[in-house]
Amino acid sequence: MSDQSDLPVLETTNPPSQPARQTGEFHPGLQLTTDHDLCAGCGEPIALRILLECIEELGLAERSIGVIGIGCYTALTSMIDVDLIQALHGRAPSVATGAKRMQPNNLLFTLQGDGDMVNEGLQEVLHTAARGERVTCILLNNGVFGETGGHMTATTVLGQRTKNTIEGRDADYHGHPILITDLIAQLGGTGFAARGSVHDAAAIGRTRRYVMRAFENQMRGDGFSFVEILTMCPTGWFIPTAEGPDYLNDVMAPVHRLGEVKAGGILVDADPSEVLLGRAESTS
Amino acid sequence: MSRRLMEGSEAIAHAAIAAKCRFFSGYPMTPFTELLESFSKHLPAQNGVCINAESEIEAIGMAWGAAATGARAATGSTGQGLALMQESLSEISRASVPLVIFNMARGQADYYQATRGGGHGDYRLMVLAPVDAKEAVELTQLAFHLADQWRHPVLVYGDYLLAHTSQAVEITPLRFGELPDKDWAVDGSLGGTGRSRNVNSIGMRKGEKGIDPEAFWAELQEKTERIAATEARFEAEGCEDAEIVIVAFGTLARFARYVVRELRAEGGRVGLFRPITLWPFPSEALAAATTGTRRVAVLEQNAGQMIDDVRLSILGRVPVVSIGGISTDAAGFGIGPLLDANVIRGRVEGVLKEAAV
Repeated sequence: MSDQSDLPVLETTNPPSQPARQTGEFHPGLQLTTDHDLCAGCGEPIALRILLECIEELGLAERSIGVIGIGCYTALTSMIDVDLIQALHGRAPSVATGAKRMQPNNLLFTLQGDGDMVNEGLQEVLHTAARGERVTCILLNNGVFGETGGHMTATTVLGQRTKNTIEGRDADYHGHPILITDLIAQLGGTGFAARGSVHDAAAIGRTRRYVMRAFENQMRGDGFSFVEILTMCPTGWFIPTAEGPDYLNDVMAPVHRLGEVKAGGILVDADPSEVLLGRAESTS
Repeated sequence: MSRRLMEGSEAIAHAAIAAKCRFFSGYPMTPFTELLESFSKHLPAQNGVCINAESEIEAIGMAWGAAATGARAATGSTGQGLALMQESLSEISRASVPLVIFNMARGQADYYQATRGGGHGDYRLMVLAPVDAKEAVELTQLAFHLADQWRHPVLVYGDYLLAHTSQAVEITPLRFGELPDKDWAVDGSLGGTGRSRNVNSIGMRKGEKGIDPEAFWAELQEKTERIAATEARFEAEGCEDAEIVIVAFGTLARFARYVVRELRAEGGRVGLFRPITLWPFPSEALAAATTGTRRVAVLEQNAGQMIDDVRLSILGRVPVVSIGGISTDAAGFGIGPLLDANVIRGRVEGVLKEAAV
């Protein structure tokens, strides 16, 4: 038996100043359970929490339908207490379109990863945006196919190491990343488009506001709304878990720039030519 | 509605609307195009929605979403477009979403695609093959009923001839019996109650960790077997004392029926067996209809696909021969020389001579 003298000893002679509280008390009301099956350090459960809190805060819990793509986050669907349709890889925007047209008073959102939305289903999300479909597409972008184990996607930044770009993504060989929020913002049907992140508390707060604005945009009937959320995938990035948030901020965010790109149907940043090409090099 | 002369495409759209179909999505392609046109013309007036989708893949996605909310929804294409939809069709069958799909095919070469599932995994679609526009009006409405009854996709197999031939039809809403409530459908109303739903193809359940694919697929297979045991439909004419039974489906069976009646009037002992459901294939009925016959002659406009199901029904008791084959026009739309009663009659007479030897 080890020497326990170094361990802190709790003072138990008096009752504690406040009663014990389970962390479970803090989970959103629309979350059925508190423990998820994703990796420690994953950003997706944080994004899910933002999403569910926004639905609850807007009082839309009993008039929301989510359409879920295929990726790690699919495992989260068992804990979401909102009506859901499970779509195929890349196909959530068309499924959401059909559902919204039959349930026009409901909030319709999709939850998709970058492999799902920007690789497999790019055509879907672009046409849905161009139609001005009154749905909100939410992209969880970690720059890799996390579920298959960390392979390059269409959003992987130049220089990023993945399982099939082991020396780093090379523009000449693998091509350039697609900056999807900037692309979608260009389309006439888009009312709101923003890119947030979950790498620190301030970013989480801003992302929460973007999701609120996107949902409000939809419920006003102001066309398509879009929120991209950069999320950590320390497993797929092949870095220590604790370094995930810094990697996101230092490597991903300089390319996939954070902020509102379109609001109220008007572009926030007026020079899209540079960002659209996706040539901005990452700083590392 | 009183009897009106209209093209098959328009008749099908009206029949679907009479069956309370309120959503349609499609991508133009001959000979499916007129079906899309008809829905786009007539659905909005019924508070329905018709979307000209950016591809067949999005078309079926949209219809999937609409049907998942409990609305009656349909999509379609030709066999080529259906090929693009197969991934979704497979998942829709596993998600138990009642969707109706129209394949306005270019001939009958999509029999395998329609009846073997067509996509990945273990599944079959229910397939209804109308002989003409009049029957299409009935089977279109039946398709929506069966889809809801079984929570399963139903495909209506038409073709160029059905789509483009005008016929006098009467469209009145048909009732086929009571249907279960759509308590599985997502309308957003159960969020936050702990009883929210998830229409999914992987067996995911709310509040439960993980999935059990084997149990989930076995449950679906059990439903498939019940459909197979109860939903086979067919038409048999003059098979009781027939020396030759012709097996034909869809619009080609209309030519075969004409030939059978012509030969019967002349004393020929010829019968027609027409599967109305291609899946489930009416195997037992076909076996019963051919017990005393000398030959079973399969008439289909392809290289020989339905003949497999005929052979599996007959199990070698009677010789099965093909009197069909590849037959199409210069554009490949399936309007070939085989669509001619005289040609078919000649082939049937050939089999009669053979059987008499």
